[in-house]
This record gives sequence, C-alpha cells and structure tokens, in this order.
Amino acid sequence: MTERSVDVAVVGAGIVGLGIAWALAESGRTVAVIDPAPATGATYAAAGMLAPVSELHYQEEDLLELMLASAQLYPAFIEPLGAGEAGYRTTATITVGADPADRQSLADLRRAQLAHGLSVEQLTIREARSREPLLSPRLSSAFSIDQDHQVDPRRLADRLRSAIAAMAAAKRWTHDAFIQQNAVALLHESDAGSRVNGVALADGSTVRAGEVIVANGLSAGQLEGLPEWLALPLRPVHGDIIRLRIPDRLQPFLTSTIRGLVRGLPVYLVPRADGTVVLGATQREDGSGGVSAGGVHQLLRDAQVLVPAVAELELIEVIARARPATPDNAPLLGRVTRGVDAAEDHIPGLIVATGFFRHGVLLTPIAAQHCLRLVDGTADGRWDRFRPDRFSSPTPRSSEA
Amino acid sequence: MTITTAAHLDSLVIDGVTLNSRLIMGTGGAPSLDGLGAALKASGTELTTVAMRRHNASAPGSLFELLIDAGIRVLPNTAGCFTAREAVMTAELAREALETDWVKLEVIADEQTLLPDAVELVEATEQLVARGFKVFAYTNDDPVLALRLESLGAAAVMPLGAPIGTGLGILNPHNIELIVGRASVPVVLDAGIGTASDAALAMELGCDAVLLATAVTRAQDPVKMGEAFRHAVIAGRLASQAGRIPRRTHAMASSAMDGRPDL
Repeated sequence: MTERSVDVAVVGAGIVGLGIAWALAESGRTVAVIDPAPATGATYAAAGMLAPVSELHYQEEDLLELMLASAQLYPAFIEPLGAGEAGYRTTATITVGADPADRQSLADLRRAQLAHGLSVEQLTIREARSREPLLSPRLSSAFSIDQDHQVDPRRLADRLRSAIAAMAAAKRWTHDAFIQQNAVALLHESDAGSRVNGVALADGSTVRAGEVIVANGLSAGQLEGLPEWLALPLRPVHGDIIRLRIPDRLQPFLTSTIRGLVRGLPVYLVPRADGTVVLGATQREDGSGGVSAGGVHQLLRDAQVLVPAVAELELIEVIARARPATPDNAPLLGRVTRGVDAAEDHIPGLIVATGFFRHGVLLTPIAAQHCLRLVDGTADGRWDRFRPDRFSSPTPRSSEA
Repeated sequence: MTITTAAHLDSLVIDGVTLNSRLIMGTGGAPSLDGLGAALKASGTELTTVAMRRHNASAPGSLFELLIDAGIRVLPNTAGCFTAREAVMTAELAREALETDWVKLEVIADEQTLLPDAVELVEATEQLVARGFKVFAYTNDDPVLALRLESLGAAAVMPLGAPIGTGLGILNPHNIELIVGRASVPVVLDAGIGTASDAALAMELGCDAVLLATAVTRAQDPVKMGEAFRHAVIAGRLASQAGRIPRRTHAMASSAMDGRPDL
C-alpha cells in the first residue's frame, strides 16, 4: 500500500485547513491535505463576512480579541493569493434595525462595541439611505461599521488550492498535495499518548508526517487515535443560506454589506462583485441537514423588510450546511496535553484546529498563523485559552474504571 | 452569596414531582451552550423547557446533554406548532425521545403575536390527556379558558403575562389573580416577563411558579439576570404568603402614637 511522507498532513480541506496548509507550504514545508470532498462543507455555504465588530456578542470578549487579530492579518494573508480573485472587498457594513426594540438592541450593543474601543458610527436613516438608496424608508436605526469587510469563501478556497498546487509544482513535491480520501485514524509512534507521526486513510494507505493538523470540522471527533479522554464537544448548527442574482436594471443594488435585526431576528445581505447577493443565515439545531422551508421563508421575509427590492431578485441557489459549534462558541485550536503526570506538556506531532462555528472564514488567517507558529515552536501564548483540551479532564479513562 | 430563607420556602409539587425552585426556565435565544448552562445554574432552576422542533434530542453535545449533566429535568414543549395535529405529533416524538409524559403544550395562532389559538389548544389538550400525557397548557390570560383546560385534565395551566418575547410584563394582573383564585391545578405565569420585578409580581399574585426564557437568555449578562430571577421568585413567593398590608388612601405612621407620654 502507498505510504507517502510529508512534513505536515492537514486533515480537512475546508477554508481553515486550506489556510493552514498554505501557510505551512509557504514556510517551505511539504504538505498533504486530506479530504474526500474539499471545500464543500460550511466553506461552500459561508457568506464570508469579515466582521469582528458586528459579530461581537455579549460575554464573548475572548473571541473578539481573536477575531480582531485575524481581521488585521487579512490584507497580508490575501495579498499573495490575489485579493480581487478571492473576492476580498473592504466596503463597509451597515447595520440596521427594523422596529424600535431592534433599535434599542443595536444601540445597547453599540455601547458594548464602543467600550471595547471599536468604531460604530450612528447614521440617520436619511444618511444610510443616501449611501444605500434601496434600504427601506421604514427602518428604525442605522449604524456604519467601516472595518467589517467581506471575502468570497468559495473563491478564496479555490485560490488557496491553486496556490498550494503551484507551490507543489514549483518545489517538485514527490507526493500529491491533495489526497481525496477519508482520514480514519491518527498514527502514533508507539502508544496512544506518544508522538503522532501520520494519518491512516480509508483505502488502507498512510501519510507519514512530522505534524498532523486535525482541521476537519465536525468530523474531528470521529478520528481514531485521539486520546480517549479528549472530548471535542462539537455539535452541528445548521444554516440555511440563499444566493440571488441582481437584474441589470437594479444595479447597483447594494454597495455595503447590510446586517439587520428584524423583530429580534438577525439577517444579512452581502453584495458580491459578480452581481450576486448572499442572503443568510438561519441557525438551526434541529439536526436536519436539508434546507428548511421555514428558514428560507424567514430569511426572504426579513430581508424584504430591510430592502424591499429583494423581491425583484432572481433566486439562484438555496443550500444548508452545518457549522461546527462548541459550547463557548470559540474554536478548538492548539496542541493537546499528554496528561496530568506527563513530562512533556503536549502530544508531539498533533495540532487541532476545528470548532470555528460562525467564524471560520474570518479566523482562517489567525488559525494559519497560530498553527505555523506552533510548528515553529514560537506560538503566541494569548491563544492558549482556545486549546482543544479545555473541555476535557486529562485523566485516562482506564484509570477511572 | 447564600440565601438563608430557603427553609421558609415550600416546594412545588407537580404530578408527584417535587421542585425546590419555583422558577422554570426556557432555553431559546441563548447565544452559547456554555452561557446557557451558567445562566441556568445561576437561576437555580430544576425544570427547563426545550422546543422539540428546534432541538435534535439524539445529537451528541446537544442541549439535552447539558441539561442531563446539570441534573435539570426537561419539560419538552411544542413551540412552533400551529395545529392540534402538529402539537400531538411533536408531543409523541418528545415522549419517545425523552421518555417523559410531561409536555408543555403550545399551539400558536400566528407568528406576529405568537398568541395561543384557543380552539386548537383545547382540542390538543383533550387529545394529549387521552393519550396519557401530563399537559402543561400554555394559554391566554383568559380565566374561562384556563378553567376549561383544567377541567379537560391539564396538569398545570400556564397563562401568559404578555406575548412571548415581548418583555412587557404582566399586562392583566387582574385576570391572573382570577385564574389563580379559581384553579385547583398549579398556575405557572408563562411568557412576557421582562425583568425580575415582573416575576416577583407574578408570585405575589399567587402563581405557583414562573416560566421565562428570553428575559435571561437575551440579557446582556444572562448569569446575573438568572440570579436576579432566582431572588425575585423567592421574594414574590414569600411576600404572597406573608400577608401584605391593605392599600390605604391616607398615611398611617408606622409607629403608633398610643402610650407615649404627654409632654
């Protein structure tokens, strides 16, 4: 059976896995990315808002710091990939409220945003509509957030795959950079707590690697060879998301991303350079992977409250995907401890990068940078709070029995 | 902070189950599972209601695991149902998944008001009682309808203070008092609670318990708000039993003048 050998194996070719693989390839390492269906999960659905400010939630200040750090990395991350080709746009975000209670919610949130040193400018409805004439005249409030931008995750994933393939060709790697296989198990040097040195694939072949990065979203927990005590508390939070095409007569439809609260429910419209608009997204925990009719109805209904002309658009796509969510809405990112009495503080050769929930696209650059630095041994200690073992107690199950 | 008055508090008994907290919590609207868990803990609740149509009971790492780990009893609800038929099917699914006969029956008329549809509610209550469910009926603040639901076999009646999620408090306290005065099953004030004083008022009006979700889950600091409600429900219960003074038009000094020396 085939046995490949690389510096780094990345399990999972969603946006996060691809970003990490690219950062490691750029640093001169050979990389293999293992995924039976690259960039078809949450990456394929995501709207790609790069919105640390409007994504601020109460009691999630730790995550804000990570989001801001990643947003700051975006221009340098995207530049070598071709910012335009990846759909990176630095247009502003306008947040709007539909009724008086929505105005109160957004105004309360703005106080929290300002307290964190973020910039949120209050607009009159007239000012908002002079920038976006198709906004409804019946809104209750509007705010401008200049630092919340967007990227097109499908195109960014394409750019990352091309860049990694180009690197493989230029450096004459002797293995395939992309392996379209299911990863089934981590391989260890000896016992389960020892160094991870590769990945076993569904077809029986293996990839030997100096470092293995587990970045396969919701599937991470199913990988054999992770420590038995390690709980990766991932659960699917499904989102329905709609894509619409703007007829020529309605151009320019919107220039800013519009995020709104409509009777307490969030909805957003992200205008792309290619003349389409992304309308999202529900958050469902009903376990249903298909598109929810009620979810689509809610999105279209609420979007029309904010921008009545949404009814004039052509509906071109409706899909649903699962986001990998964690109990605290923050990612599982970093190395895994070996156990309470181990001499070394972590299992060598193993890094976990999953659980990015709503924020995978925004957090890709910081995940890539952090993984690169973990491999280099120069990681930023600030991000230790996102370690993947924070929900587990590192006692082997066998000793409890 | 410890609460030293707990000994004064009588427990709530529904269908033979003793609940030491008279605060029933909903789970909708929580921004994260961790945040919800912390808020539930702070609230001291022992009974929590979950929308069966919005949560998959078999998913690993789900809300249900959190509740089981916290030792909190689950009251499945039929939120999102518009007809008796949907409500009965949802209740059956819940009984199968969670192995409980308890169900909070919600049959909603429309999405704008989320008010109960009285006709479907009565129909569903009859059917569910016949199928052996213990029905906690979410109802309008209508004393006639509440009594009707009780006579059909509801285990508890749950009149609304105001429409779901509005935070408007108790819009018709008189009706709530009337329901309490005539019901012989537990009365739970459900929906419309905005802040702690609303819950205290519900208890002062004689309700046996208060059910709320949004007021805590969407508060800026859900843990602090959960704790506020824990105190409010205790305060309201104690006050309802302590015998309040009559309302008077004219002042009456708290220390009477009798027996003082004439100077």
